[in-house]
Amino acid sequence: MQVTVIGAGIAGLTTAWALAEAGAEVRVMERSAALGALACSRYAGGMLAPWCEAESADALVVALGQEALRYWPKVHAATVQRGSLVLAPGRDAPDLARFARRTERFQTLDADGIAALEPDLAGRFRSGLFFPDEAHLDPRAVLPALADALTARGVYFDFGRETDADDPSLGIVADCRGLAAQDRLADLRGVKGEMLILRCPALTLSRPIRLLHPRFPLYIVPRGDGVFMLGATMLESGERNRVTARSVVELLNAAYALHPAFAEAEILEMGADARPAFPDNLPRLRPFGKQSLRVNGLYRHGFLLSPALARRAADYLLHGTRSREVMDENPGQ
Amino acid sequence: MDVYGVTLSSRLLLGTSQYPSPAIMAEAVRRSGTEVVTCSLRRESGAERQGQGFWSIIRNLGVRVLPNTAGCHSVKEAVTTAQMAREVFETNWIKLEVIGNHDTLQPDVFGLVDAARILAADGFEVFPYTTEDLIVGEKLLDAGCRVLMPWGAPIGSGRGLNNLYGLRAMRAHFPDVPLVIDAGIGLPSHAAQAMELGFDAILLNTAVAKAGHPARMAEAFAGAITAGRQAYEADPMPPRDMAEPSTPVLGLAFRS
Repeated sequence: MQVTVIGAGIAGLTTAWALAEAGAEVRVMERSAALGALACSRYAGGMLAPWCEAESADALVVALGQEALRYWPKVHAATVQRGSLVLAPGRDAPDLARFARRTERFQTLDADGIAALEPDLAGRFRSGLFFPDEAHLDPRAVLPALADALTARGVYFDFGRETDADDPSLGIVADCRGLAAQDRLADLRGVKGEMLILRCPALTLSRPIRLLHPRFPLYIVPRGDGVFMLGATMLESGERNRVTARSVVELLNAAYALHPAFAEAEILEMGADARPAFPDNLPRLRPFGKQSLRVNGLYRHGFLLSPALARRAADYLLHGTRSREVMDENPGQ
Repeated sequence: MDVYGVTLSSRLLLGTSQYPSPAIMAEAVRRSGTEVVTCSLRRESGAERQGQGFWSIIRNLGVRVLPNTAGCHSVKEAVTTAQMAREVFETNWIKLEVIGNHDTLQPDVFGLVDAARILAADGFEVFPYTTEDLIVGEKLLDAGCRVLMPWGAPIGSGRGLNNLYGLRAMRAHFPDVPLVIDAGIGLPSHAAQAMELGFDAILLNTAVAKAGHPARMAEAFAGAITAGRQAYEADPMPPRDMAEPSTPVLGLAFRS
C-alpha cells in the first residue's frame, strides 16, 4: 500500500516510521527546503515525562505518553533515561505539594537526595520530586536521525514543496502539517512557546529540571557539552519566530534562580514557534477524504505523544482500525 | 447587580487565563453561571493579532467580555492595551490594571487614577483594580469610574480577605458604588465572607483555573457567592461574646 505523509515534523516522521515498519510504501512531502527548518518540533524540549505532565494534562496524555518511554530508546539510541527532577524555590513550596498531589511515580527528595542526584544543585533546594522512569532526548538530533533511518528503509522525501493535503490524486494521505493544517482544521489554534539555548560550562546537570513558579514555570534540559535548553513560555497566540524581551527576562530569571552560574552563560540561540492545539489540548486523528487522516493537536507533547499517535494512525490507514481515545469522527461539534 | 447600565444576575466574574485547556476553561465558565469573563490581551496577542484562535473561543462563550490590562506597568501601556481591547472585543468595558511592582503585583494607584481619567474621557467604562484605600477610591470615582474593584489579597495569593477592617470601611464609605472583590480569593469560603460583608460581586481566576477540577471549583464558588449574598440580604445576627440560649431558659421547671 502507498501512503503520502505531508509534513516532516515529529508527527510526520513518526507516522512515516510506523507506516514503513508495517510494510507500506511511504513518501514524505515537506514544504521547507531543509529538514526541520519550519517545524515547531525543532524548538521542543524533548522531555519524555508523562507523570510530570500529569500536573496539568489530561489522563490521556499520561496514558499515551508511556508508549514514548518504550519507543524512543529503541528508535533513538541516544535517548537519555535518567528521570526528571522537579524543584521549587522556598517560597513556592506549596506548589511542590500541589504538584505531588496531582501525579504519581515519583520519590520525594530532601536536600541530600537532590545533591546526590545533581551535585551542582547541592545546598540550593530543601525538597524536590524525582521521577526515575522518565527520560529525555534532543529533538534536533532526533529529526535528522529519524529521517536518515527512514531513507535507509526506502522512504522517499520530497522537500521544498507546498502540497494540498486534500488533492485526491495523492491517494492515501497522512496530513501531519501541524499548525499549517489550520486551513482544514478550523478548531486548531497556535500556542506560542519561546525558548533559549545557553552554554554554561560551569554547570553540569544530568536530567531535565522543572522549576515551579506560579507565573513563570521553567524547565531546563541538558543537551550535553555544557549546553542547556531553557523553555518554555505558553502564550495563546499563533505567532511564530518572535521572541519578546519580557519572555527572555522571565526565562533567564528563573534559570538564575535555579543556579547563579547561569548569569555567566553564553546565549547561543533564542527561538519561538507555535504549537498546534485543539481546544482541549488533546491530540486527534481526524479522518478525511476516502481513507486519509489528519494527525494533529500534539500541542506541547510532540515527542511524548507522537509514538502513540503514529502507531494508531498507521493502524487506521493500513487496516481501518479505529482507536476510540484519539479518533475524531464528528469534527466541528 | 447593575454596572454601567447592565444588569447582571450572576455575581461571579471569571478570568480566562491559566486553565489546562480552553475546553476546560469553557466548561468552568458554563458551570460557574457567570455572565462576564475577563480576558488578557497584553501577553496573548503578539504582533499581527495572532491570538485569534483563543479570542474566538472567548467570544463563542456567549457571555460578556471584560478585557483587562493585566501585566501593564505604566499608564501608557494600559491605555494602549485598552484601546486595542476595544477594537478586538468591540466593548467599552475595560478592567484596568496598572501594576506597581512586578513581584507583589500591587496596583500603582497613582498611575491607575491617571489611566482611568484618560480612558473614561475616551468613552471607556472602567473597572479599576485598586486597593481598599478610600481616598484612591474617591479619586477613581472623580476620574469617571462607576465601579471599584478592591483586592482581597495580592493577585494569585489565594489568601482571602487580608484587611477585613479596610474592606468593611470601604463598603460603608461607598454604599451606592458597585464594589467587586478582585484578586486574592482562594476558597469559596473567602468569597462567601466577602459577599456577607455586602460586596456586590467577586472576580476570580487562579482559584478556579489552578484547581485540580476547575469546572467543579467554579460551581463551588458560584454556590458560595449566592449563599454569601443571600446571607447579606437576610441581615445576619450580630456576634456576641457570651452564649445566648436559643430556647428561653426562664420558666423552665428544672435547673441545676
